[in-house]
Amino acid sequence: MSEIVLATCNLVKRFGALTATDDVSIELRAGEIHALIGPNGAGKSTLIAQISGGLRPDAGRVMLLGRDVTGAGTVERARAGLARTFQISALAMEDSVFENVLLGALGASGRPWRFWSPVSADAELEARAMEALARVGLADERDRRTAELSHGQRRQLEVAVALTLGPRAFLMDEPMAGLGADGSRRLTGFLDGLRAEAPILLVEHDMDAVFALADRISVLASGRVIASGTVAEIRADRAVRAAYLGEGA
Amino acid sequence: MSGILIAEQILNGLQAGVMLFLMAAGLTLIFGVMGLINLAHGSLYMLGAFAAAWVAGATGSFGLALIAALAGAALAGVLIEVLVIRRLYGAAHLDQVLATFALILILSEGTRLVFGSFPLYLDIPPALAGPVTLPGGIRYPLYRLALIGAGLLVAVFLWWLTVRTRIGIRIRAGENDREMIAALGVDISRLYTIVFALGAALAGLAGALVGAIQSVQVGMGEPVLILAFVVIVIGGIGSIRGAFVGALLVGLTDTLGGIFLPELFKLFMAPDVATRAGASLASMAIYILMSLVLIWRPSGLFGARA
Amino acid sequence: MIPERLIAPLVMGALLAVALWALAVDAPFTITLTTRAAILALAAVGLNIALGIGGLVSFGHAVFFGLGGYAMGILAHHAQSYTTLDLGPLSIAGSKSMPLIWLVAVVTSALAALLIGLLSLRTSGVYFIMITLAFGQMFYYFAISWAAYGGEDGLSIYVRNGFPGLNTLDPIQFFGLCFALLCVALVLHARLRAAPFGLALNAARQVPARVEAVGLSPMRLRLVAFVISGAITGLAGALFADLNRFVSPTMFSWQLSGELIVLIVLGGTGRLMGPVIGACLFVLLEHWLGALTEFWHIWLGVILLGIVLFARGGVVGLLTGKAGPHV
Repeated sequence: MSEIVLATCNLVKRFGALTATDDVSIELRAGEIHALIGPNGAGKSTLIAQISGGLRPDAGRVMLLGRDVTGAGTVERARAGLARTFQISALAMEDSVFENVLLGALGASGRPWRFWSPVSADAELEARAMEALARVGLADERDRRTAELSHGQRRQLEVAVALTLGPRAFLMDEPMAGLGADGSRRLTGFLDGLRAEAPILLVEHDMDAVFALADRISVLASGRVIASGTVAEIRADRAVRAAYLGEGA
Repeated sequence: MSGILIAEQILNGLQAGVMLFLMAAGLTLIFGVMGLINLAHGSLYMLGAFAAAWVAGATGSFGLALIAALAGAALAGVLIEVLVIRRLYGAAHLDQVLATFALILILSEGTRLVFGSFPLYLDIPPALAGPVTLPGGIRYPLYRLALIGAGLLVAVFLWWLTVRTRIGIRIRAGENDREMIAALGVDISRLYTIVFALGAALAGLAGALVGAIQSVQVGMGEPVLILAFVVIVIGGIGSIRGAFVGALLVGLTDTLGGIFLPELFKLFMAPDVATRAGASLASMAIYILMSLVLIWRPSGLFGARA
Repeated sequence: MIPERLIAPLVMGALLAVALWALAVDAPFTITLTTRAAILALAAVGLNIALGIGGLVSFGHAVFFGLGGYAMGILAHHAQSYTTLDLGPLSIAGSKSMPLIWLVAVVTSALAALLIGLLSLRTSGVYFIMITLAFGQMFYYFAISWAAYGGEDGLSIYVRNGFPGLNTLDPIQFFGLCFALLCVALVLHARLRAAPFGLALNAARQVPARVEAVGLSPMRLRLVAFVISGAITGLAGALFADLNRFVSPTMFSWQLSGELIVLIVLGGTGRLMGPVIGACLFVLLEHWLGALTEFWHIWLGVILLGIVLFARGGVVGLLTGKAGPHV
């Protein structure tokens, strides 16, 4: 089996009486797309926050490239090679499309402490940013104000920013959210090729996309992983059908 | 330094604290429910004091003066809320700060236009004048004791209001979910006006009560406003309990610091240097307290953890 | 509509022209007014870096203005009284030299900004506003209680401090100095805004979560912005004190902090020239309305309310027809 890039080990997070994450252990291996699905309220957002670094677990560990990053914040995890996209586009809306990818490239360079020479003088940053834009097909939109982009283009830009980081692992929070069938299909095709670059932990509601992309699927319900396996295994799993698809078991 | 002096200073600190609480409670309530930072809260304090001083001057009745302070500040609160504040709910903090700063300018200068630049004086009612002897032989001004009592009464009233009454439940619900409460058919904009008027009335009451031991003048509100901010930062924003604890802490620290720090410094400094250094440090004591709380718990003692 | 890039030369040219015209018709008071505008503009350019680019609503920038003022006041006070400033084992002579005073003002304000920033940036939003306001008040009361340097009465300096090669007592020459420093600060703002730091800081205002996710710390970006911002406002404080040859605790007052924000918003938040236009307008209003009525602050309040409720982009927004950054 290939190398484990990202893993959670027995993660637990409680909010008062509610156990939002209940002994969750999942892993993401090199070259794969691991989809995380579950009904609303299953604890996906809480889990993502713990993996990305926004929320500390009460127990358990998060491992990134063999390193324990449980105590590390979001910034440190990003530097260590974890790139995330947001469910609700988190983009600098007042800035141009290009500036948003530049920010990613700047983060990857780790050198924001330059106060005098303009960003545009840094050819390396520009090239990196442009490449990411071109890959998601937004090269023509580079000088538009981000707020003017369509919803679908914003989703593409989200992915482009993650690409600029040249990460070791992607954490994608519903990248298909709000995309039409067409956009969904295109993004699915793109992510399909992306897994060779870095594995993707994909949280997604769009089942067509999940079934088309995932090498493995983990199903989260009430904070627990109730099933984990290949697409075929999950499709056949009775517990999943009961919890997730709402069918009588 | 005698025990009696210490007891006196503690009472002074409590008195300052409960008056601060009246200010901080309104501010924190308004922030908690409407998400609004109101710099003009100090102006309402000032308006209450002026209303009281004016009515007391005209009628000679302290009771009427207090009613005028409450009613005047509440009325001003309603006017301000309907004309300006209402447009600021959900606006950026910068807009709220600027608009309420503009209100300070208008209200302060407007008051100066009407009442002039000279301070007014509000007399302590005869029934509460003079000192009383407390157990332990402490002679303490009755009026200040009454202030402590009044502040505690208001604290109990607020607790009762928010926990036990229908409007309190609405307030707390509005704090949590404004759409939900609107969906339940509560007139949210009237609720907001009521909360703002309540906060204004508390500020006006504090202004009138304190006005009797200090002079009533333009600009009296803002130093108290900023102290109330320190209280809120310490107590945690949106928490009335935090405002109460924070207010007492600030009141006691400020009062006791001014007395004890110079004495403390005299233990290892020349007396004149100690007095000066102590006074300077005492002027910063509450801000140092605030800094320590910030380091320890950035969202305040009773604030929701971020 | 005026293109945004024309605004800077137009405004700076106008300010310079007014000063030179005042020189030609021998109106030293008008030169003093333009100097005042230039200094307030400099202070607000400093604040604009934190507020306009970084989105930090600092209601305590008077701290730095006051520290700059007291740096000047204390050094000049010791120089004119032939005493030394004793800090424990260290004994420092006073100074009447502007470059040295500026250096001390900038360093002191930067250090204070670092400390205040470290504490207040642990929080955000309303907390940040309240805390910066509180620290401002702390310095205000400290200055009042500090009898050695005049306490409530402040410090008067008999003769304006000197600058090598210039006669600073000549109003137009002092104006020239202030104007030059304002230009430097504007260039710094413009460069910084276009540099990697500005890109990151501006994004940290809009989407801190994204900035974190690309591996940059919003808190550090803000802290550095706050320090730069405080240092520039501190420099302005030293100049302001030299203009008046007087410092007092009112330089630390919350009103001044508020007015600095007002200057920026009048002109246009986050716009390069916003603070300059705002400062010029403010000085004009103060001068004209102040001559009409003692209660001109009422009208300032009304104008401000109007801007907040109806004209968010300030004057630059009106001129260019473009909305500015949202703070």
